[in-house]
Amino acid sequence: MNLLDFLVPVEELVRRDGPEGCVVISSRVRLARNLEGMPFPGRAKKSDRAKALERIQEAVAQLPQMEGGLIRQMDSFSSWEKQALVERHLISREHAANGEGSGLALSRDQSVGVMINEEDHIRMHALLPGFQLEAAWRAIDELDTLLEERLDYAFSAKLGYLTACPTNVGTGIRVSAMLHLPGLVFAEQINQVIQAVNKLGLAVRGLYGEGTEALGNIFQVSNQMTLGESEEEILAKLRKVTAQLVEHEQNAREALLEKKPRMVFNTVGRAFGTLANAFTISSKEAINLLSVWRLGVELGMFPGVPRALADELLLLCQPAHLQLIRPREMKPEERDILRADLLRSRLAAVARPSLPPNHSDALDK
Amino acid sequence: MLCTVCKKKEATVHLTQIVGDKLIKVDLCEECAKEKGIDDPTGFALAEVLMGLGVSEEAGQTASQTRCPQCGCSHADFKKTGRLGCPKCYEVFAEELAEVLKSMHRGARHVGKAPRKKQRARSVEERIELLQRKLEQAVAVEEYEEAARLRDEIRTLKKE
Repeated sequence: MNLLDFLVPVEELVRRDGPEGCVVISSRVRLARNLEGMPFPGRAKKSDRAKALERIQEAVAQLPQMEGGLIRQMDSFSSWEKQALVERHLISREHAANGEGSGLALSRDQSVGVMINEEDHIRMHALLPGFQLEAAWRAIDELDTLLEERLDYAFSAKLGYLTACPTNVGTGIRVSAMLHLPGLVFAEQINQVIQAVNKLGLAVRGLYGEGTEALGNIFQVSNQMTLGESEEEILAKLRKVTAQLVEHEQNAREALLEKKPRMVFNTVGRAFGTLANAFTISSKEAINLLSVWRLGVELGMFPGVPRALADELLLLCQPAHLQLIRPREMKPEERDILRADLLRSRLAAVARPSLPPNHSDALDK
Repeated sequence: MLCTVCKKKEATVHLTQIVGDKLIKVDLCEECAKEKGIDDPTGFALAEVLMGLGVSEEAGQTASQTRCPQCGCSHADFKKTGRLGCPKCYEVFAEELAEVLKSMHRGARHVGKAPRKKQRARSVEERIELLQRKLEQAVAVEEYEEAARLRDEIRTLKKE
């Protein structure tokens, strides 16, 4: 089956809204697990990897969550397909580099997934739109509990779930929220906020996780410690910090409108101008401008335009999503042209920006 | 002199090793020596033989040469990649890891979810750990009879 036929269509995906969706793009909980008595994937011989893959695939296939889902080996995907899975945050960039001996299972609705033979034998995740950390934890906890009946996990009473990297040992959990924080970036408070979050023992990462830059004012906040704290404690901490970040972001947006309305409207207006009129545009520029436009939509500068359109374009503008709509491999320059064409046509019906209703006199200040 | 391990046969293999500043002596019969794989007296730690559990104490001095018997991962490999080779590595490099884990995490002991199957095993494992500490102490003060008794008890628990 073609991967595109399986994946939830982008326009449908972005209409799945969650609580606090204006700031919290998505909530994710992932668990790392390994099989007892087997070398971790990084050290495993080909035959051991194959054995682990087979065992896990078989167990995962029996899960009710995977009914109607997809279970495949990584070498069955083209590199563009793997890249598209990364763009949807369904696999890690590391897993995209894997081929034979590694696998992937996704539920029909793509809210849960299992990476097989990534850094650990099993990396399972639940990914939900908006601020739904609890629900994501419940979903993945349930899957894990079913899976543990069918597989023997490497587990020690003292150190908990044993993982290839000691940074994950214990609960093996990573709870993360993906946040859109243009307000804090424009208010130049983002570095302070990141430092404060780091002090709490949490990590702040870019759009695609570890070691990536914060494209489009999008940040991932997640726990780093996994040993000595229970899942519930970690979850509670993330929930609290995320709620605070949502509040800070909203305060920053209000303060910006209050103090620097011309700067905000100017930035948003110019972003829209470029997006709606460019004839070639890189993915980086498009993502950064779409982030600004998304803010403008939320501020009410584009009446009648749903935020989902911004989110849809954010996904469609990424290289693999663009490439996969064309049968022929494109050069980066060709993709930049196609991206600009797509943006112009999708934004053609959007009216030019207007001042939000309660800010019509803002510029006089 | 009877063999320290089986306490049945006459000991014909006599080993002495200095670990840290302590002198450890073990007397084994031929069978037990073979069973423990002692054909090269320089290549193993006595404490390991006594405990029979693959956990070496005072491993500090030989850390970089220690290899995980299950996957062959060495401490140097771990240092280079930051990844361990297999679940067993957590036992083999327990001492080196203790420091690393302390700097990374809030605590040194897991709290939270455990596989249902392992929940009973968990209390057994804790008991083994306690016995193992006692065993190390017994070896340290050269109480080999007590050490052998503890070792047998650990074995029985492990078999369960």
